[in-house]
Order: sequence, then structure tokens, then C-alpha cells
Amino acid sequence: MASTFDVEDKAQPTRRDFLYIATGAMAAVGAAAVAWPLIDQMNPDAAALALASIEVDISALEPGMSLTVKWRGKPVFIRNRTEKEIDEAKSVPVSDLPDRNARNPNVAADAPATDENRAAAGKEAWLIQIGICTHLGCVPLGEQGPYGGWFCPCHGSVYDTAGRIRQGPAPENLHIPVYSFVTDTKLKIG
Amino acid sequence: MSLFGKDTDPVTRTARHSLIAMIAAIGVGLGASQAVAEDEGAGHGDGAATGQAETLHYPLEKPPLLDWSFAGVFGKYDRAQLQRGFQVYRQVCSQCHGIKYVAFRNLADPDGLGYSEEQVAALAAEYEITDGPNESGDMFTRPGRPSDRFPSPFPNEQAAAAVYGAAPPDLSLMAKARGAPRGPLWTVIDFFTQYQEAGPNYIHALLTGYGQEPHAGVTVPPGGNYNPYFLSGPVIAMPPPLADGDVTYSDGSPQTVDQYATDVSAFLMWTAEPHLVARKRLGFQVIIFLAIFATLMYLTKRRVWAAVAH
Amino acid sequence: MEGHSTYQPRSGGARWLERRLPIIGLVHSSFIAYPTPRNLNYWWTFGAILTFMLVAQIVTGIVLAMHYVSAGSMAFDSVEAIMRDVNWGWLLRYLHANGASVFFFAVYIHMFRGMYYGSYKEPREVLWILGVLILLLMIATAFMGYVLPWGQMSFWAATVITNLFSAIPLVGESVTMWLWGGFAVDSATLNRFYSLHYLLPFMIAGVVALHIWALHVAGQNNPLGIDVKSKEDTLAFTPYATIKDTFATVLFLVLFAWLVFFLPNYLGHPDNYIPANSLKTPAHIVPEWYFLPFYAILRAIPNKLLGVIALFAAIAVLFFLPWLDTSRVRSAVFRPIYRQFFWIFALVCLGLGYLGSQPAEGGYIIASRILTAYYFLHFLIILPVLGLIERPKPRPASITEAILAKSGHGAPAHAAGGAS
Repeated sequence: MASTFDVEDKAQPTRRDFLYIATGAMAAVGAAAVAWPLIDQMNPDAAALALASIEVDISALEPGMSLTVKWRGKPVFIRNRTEKEIDEAKSVPVSDLPDRNARNPNVAADAPATDENRAAAGKEAWLIQIGICTHLGCVPLGEQGPYGGWFCPCHGSVYDTAGRIRQGPAPENLHIPVYSFVTDTKLKIG
Repeated sequence: MSLFGKDTDPVTRTARHSLIAMIAAIGVGLGASQAVAEDEGAGHGDGAATGQAETLHYPLEKPPLLDWSFAGVFGKYDRAQLQRGFQVYRQVCSQCHGIKYVAFRNLADPDGLGYSEEQVAALAAEYEITDGPNESGDMFTRPGRPSDRFPSPFPNEQAAAAVYGAAPPDLSLMAKARGAPRGPLWTVIDFFTQYQEAGPNYIHALLTGYGQEPHAGVTVPPGGNYNPYFLSGPVIAMPPPLADGDVTYSDGSPQTVDQYATDVSAFLMWTAEPHLVARKRLGFQVIIFLAIFATLMYLTKRRVWAAVAH
Repeated sequence: MEGHSTYQPRSGGARWLERRLPIIGLVHSSFIAYPTPRNLNYWWTFGAILTFMLVAQIVTGIVLAMHYVSAGSMAFDSVEAIMRDVNWGWLLRYLHANGASVFFFAVYIHMFRGMYYGSYKEPREVLWILGVLILLLMIATAFMGYVLPWGQMSFWAATVITNLFSAIPLVGESVTMWLWGGFAVDSATLNRFYSLHYLLPFMIAGVVALHIWALHVAGQNNPLGIDVKSKEDTLAFTPYATIKDTFATVLFLVLFAWLVFFLPNYLGHPDNYIPANSLKTPAHIVPEWYFLPFYAILRAIPNKLLGVIALFAAIAVLFFLPWLDTSRVRSAVFRPIYRQFFWIFALVCLGLGYLGSQPAEGGYIIASRILTAYYFLHFLIILPVLGLIERPKPRPASITEAILAKSGHGAPAHAAGGAS
């Protein structure tokens, strides 16, 4: 049926027209460029990133004393261990441990959970770990439980004096953050 | 039918006359408004002391327009200038004014003053920051860290006002918080020249505007600091803060009030708009992209519509 | 658009869905196959531009809401944190703030288009009324949005506008305190404005859906103002209108980008970069530019209650436009006298806008009163009278006939390629 206005059959949009492809490609690029800021704005902002590392003064910690600080919104346990705690931790064979990985980013990723790989390098009295139970995230209590290490009251996980899981439902040893000793009395975490 | 056509019937003639009367009325009204009203200004004074019909509008003088490196589509901050301005702020302005929205780390940002992380850490450590409470429940002071913001000279507005009579405002946003309107014609022109520098122009004029003879008809309270560039009145509570030679520049720039004022105004523009350079750079790319895309869209539209009558 | 769509699903999955929820068919009949007059000019692209801007404001608003804090003590600081620390925060904030301005710019053009071409006339009265309702919701949304940064202008604009309600006889004071949630504008007011500012755009979206539905019942008006007589007069919405709308939107985005990237504070007021101070009123309280004409009308009347009534009447009168204009002819193209009054009305609105930005003194007050009187005169006297006495020019019989006449053809079997 001929109408007063007939679309020319020659210019079919199904023909791969360079103009259409170019326009469509530019539209796609534009859409992606618009989408990125909308997604990236949810990433931690500059103020949060600025607090990504903190410095802690540990000069007041005598052997047997602990300090808990907040880092990236999480508690970090800093403990100056006694000789007894260190010896007890060292006497445990790694094969007895439910989790044999040191969970310490300051040493190799597959390092075994010996006391040496858990404590600070060259300062074996110092144990620095993130105070979040690896089961479901509660904060364990210090100097508690059968090993005198840490005990999580939520579901009964027991950690020893090197922060390694010994009993209970937690699957992993307490994680250790990235840290370094700026001086003997100043610790930088993160 | 138009305003000037030949009338063929009474209806059209009546309509035409009403039209002309209407336009005349509007013209008279607007003309009257221009004749009687003053130039626009942000504030009012009351020169009514001498019973004059005119009310004063502030600022009494419009600020001169300077050339700023950050003006225009390709504007950028001059890092050396920002550093000099920061020096002026630290040595002079920070006695009374804070910049509480600026963090020390911002000085080392890519968009910042060009300092390194170590320089910023050292700078921050020179400041005492209040923190706490500690385990005893007390607030304490500690050296600053890059993540801290610049501390203000006073803990709050009331403490500042107690010392100076009026609280010196925080300067973080001052370069965006000031700017006299420029009249309808300039408002239209500014849209095309993208004039956004009214703030720094104001700050510079204010800092260099002291020491002039008061305009005729302006009553200056005794002891008041007369400044014709001030937005809110003939006198400003702040005494002239700058004098030649106050700040020693290490790069050989002139150590004059004008130079200090220019540099600190640029620095304050940065504190107000730290992302200005990134904004203009992205803007340029976006406009170019849209121009090309619009051209492609137009050609596509023409192609699609070519086959149909419309 | 009447009855079921002509869409035939081609895949099994599409057939399955179409039988249960014929949404593909709905989209097809409303936005793909939908017959659109073929003579629409670019003033008709603003509907699509407005839809784009509504989505843009909602999206930027939602992401800003992830960072904004609506407590009086933290609002201003949270906006500065967005501007300085949040990734792309400065961009999102400037997009949203300037987005509101270009949104109103587009809506005023859209409305003036309607007034010029008689798009509010039978059978599109409800379409027009829904549009005015959208405008009202936009005004409320924008007003509350401007309060959120909690600068000096935010606070004092909130104070002035909420105080208007105290002009209501008998219950005015109670209503105002009910709005405030206290004895003055404060954190309680800010918090509820935030809640409502988040809510209202979704109500706007709902009314927009009704607006488009009402549009599709009657079909688009067109520059000639004459009804579509046959399918010949129309083209499928996609690709013709779709491509034209997209092109116009991209052009509009150039204006938007120019503002956002190079003039982000041009339309704003410097005083809003000063934190709100309930003890210090700014020298000149001015609303955002899109409210200036209404502000001028409010201040023109020396009586508080009558000024408020005039303000609301200025918008209310728009609801009655379809009946105030008595002309049977829609488009100003064929109404030479009306056309001139239309342009005068446009100038009056611009004049009122200018006067709204000036201090309320001297000659500005006189001018405001004259122009306010003219504003109401236009709707209440000029339009009714004009329709009765004007002699319109003859209209073409159909859109098709007008196009053929323009391109110099008679009534050929084909109009091959020769479009203007």
C-alpha cells in the first residue's frame, strides 16, 4: 500500500553504517564515563584513607601489659608478653594446631604458625594482632581461657598466648596487621 | 496584525492600542525603577545622618579585577604562589583565623601545594592538636598528624569574640563566600567568560583597601577601620593585617602588601576549591566529547530523517 | 494509543513474559511504534530532556545521600566533606545543585511551549493540570533541597518561606510551628526537609507517569495545533522522535556541563558558603533564580496575607488556563494577536524575575506591582477576551497537507527523499 510518504528502501538501519556504529560507540563510552564516578564514590573517601595507618606509642607497656587501639575501625591488641607466655607458645608443635598458617602479612603467605612467625621480628615479646575472632567477629577477652591467651565469649573459641586458635569454632588464628617499629617505642600499624 | 500595520477593523485597532498602552506602562515602570533605585549592592547603609534621600550601598567601591592564574577554561593554580600565600596565612592570618576544613595532608595532594609527604608530616607535627578523652577521661594535646585538620586559633566563636569583639571568621571558604553582584549586563557577559573570581578579587581589594580617605557622606565611627571594599559597611572590625616586609619570601617575590594580598587570595581560593584544576580539566574533556557526540548525533538524526518528509 | 499493542514477541521467553506481564508490549506501543506527529519542532524535545534530568537528579541525589548528614550541627560540614574528600564528591554535588537549575530552565521552556502552541487545550486539559502539579512538586522539592546545605541562605530562605504560613488566619502560628517542629527553623526542620526531599522526587516520577499516560491518550499536539487526521500525519516514535530527543538532550548536556565544570557557583549565592547563623540575617535574602518571579509577586503586595495569597494564586491560575483561554484555535502560529501578548507575557515573567533579585525599595516596588498586575491580567482578562474577539488565520486541513505545501509538492504518490 503506497502512502504519501514512503521510506526509501535503500537506507535501511540494518546496514552496518559507520555513522551509527560511531555514534553508538561514543554513547557507550559516555555511559561508562558517567557510571564510574557513581560507583567510585562508594569507595573509602580521602579522609578514611588518611587514617589507613596509625602510630602508637608503646613506651608505657611493661611485660604482661596489653593495649588495645582502634585501627581502620577495628580493635588491635598490642601485648608485651611475659617470658612464661613466650615459652608456652614456643613449646607447641605446629602439627597440634587447628590452623597452621601464621596469618601474618609481615612474613611469607605460607609461613607456619610458629611463635617466631606470629610475634614481632627480633622482638619476640611483642604480639600485635587484630582483635576480631575469626569465627563470627566478636572481640575476644585477653588473659582468659585455658591457655591464658584469649577467649571469645560468643561461641567459646580459645586462643593461646600467640593468638592461635586451639579450641572452639573459629577456623583461623587471630589475624596480624601490617606493622613496623618506627622506633623501639613507636609502632606503626597499617 | 502588528504594532504598525494598517487597521481594517475596530477589534484589531483596539487590540493594537491596548498592546501599545501595555508596553508603555511596562516601560514606564521599568524606567522608573532604574531612575529611582540605586546601583545594586549587597548591603545598605543609612547616610540618613544628613537627611539625604540616597541610601548607601556596600561595597562603596567595586573591587578591581585581577588576572588570576586559575581563571578561565585552562586555569591552573600557581604552586609557588600557593606556597607563598600559605606562608602569609601561617605567619599573619592564622593568629585570628582558622582554616578548619583543610587537612595537613591536602597540602601534599596532587591538587595541592606541591609539598612531599615528609614535609607535610613535619609541618603537622609543629602543631598541637587536642585529642581525647584518654583513659582517665581527660582531653590532651599531641603533635599533629597529616590526617588532622588545621586547628583554629580559638576553640569556638565565643572565645574569639571575647578577645576581638567580633569573631574572626574561618577562611576555608572565604573565596566562595564573598562576591558583589555585577549588574544584569555583566551577569550575562560573565556567563560566557565564566567569571568565578569575585571572591579572590574581593579579598585582595579588602586587604589592600585600608588607609583611604572616607567617601563623601560616609560617617566613620572614631577608631573604626574605614575600608570602601568591605561588603557590610564602611568600617570593618579587622585592622589592616598586612604591612610591607611582614613576610620574608624565599623566592625573591616582592615583599609588598599587594603581593601578600594577591598570594593569600590565591591560597584562599585553593582552600575553598581544592579540586578546581581537576574540575576544569575534566570539564574541557567533557565539552569536547559532547561536541563530537552532538555532531555524530546530528548526522545520525539527519540520516534517519532523510527518508521521510517532515 | 488505544487497546492492545501490535507487538508480536519473537522469542519463547518474550512470549512467556508477554502473556503474564505485557510490559514489552507496553514499551513497544508507547515508545516504539507510537504514532508521533511528523511536524514536531525542537521545542517538543524538552519532555525527554526533563525525563533525563529527573533521573539524573534522583541518581546524583541518592549517591549524595550516602554521605550527607542532616543534623544541624553536621550538615554544612558533611557537604564540605563531600566536596573535599568523597571520591568525585565535588562533581556529584555540582551536578545535583546545577541540575536543579537546568531542570527548572527546561520546565519553564516546556511550559512556555505549551502556552504558545495551545497544548493545554481540549482534550489535553488533564495533561496540562498534571504538568502544573509536577511543577508544584518540583518547587517544593527544590525549596527543601536548598535548605539541606544549611548555609546562611538555606536557613533564612527556610525561615522566610515557613513564616509565610503564619499569615493564615486562626491556625497560622500553629501550622508554622508544626512545620518547624520547634519554635524556629532548626535541626528538626532540617531533618524532616531531608526526609521529604528524598520522598518527593519519587512522587514526581509517579505524576510524570500519569502525565505521559494522559499524553498518550490524546496524542502529542504539534506546531500547527491541528489534530492528527490520519496515519500519514505521523511517524513511529522510534527511531524518529527517539533520535531527535537524544540529539537535543546531548545539546542540553553541553549547557549543563558548561555550568557544572566552569560556572559551578554562578547560579548560587555566596552567602550559602557561610554556615547558618540564626542570630544574623543576610543583608539580602534571595531565593534561587527559578523562584525569583514568584518572589517578586510575593513582595509586590504590601499586605502579608494577601502577598502569600498572590504567590499561590500565581501558580494556581495556571491550573485554570485551559478554561481561561477561550480561543478554539490552539496554536499561536494562527493567532497573530495572541502571539504578541504571549511574548509580552514572557517579557513580563523575565522582568518579574529580575525584580525578584533586587532589593524591595523605590522604583523596584512600583515596577513589581505593575508587572504583577499584568501577570494576572494576562490570564484573567486578556486570554478570555482575546479568544472571543480575535480573528485567527486559516489553518491547513491536515499536517500532511501543510508539509506538502511547504515542500512545493502537489499530491504525489511518493515524496521521495525530499524532506526539508
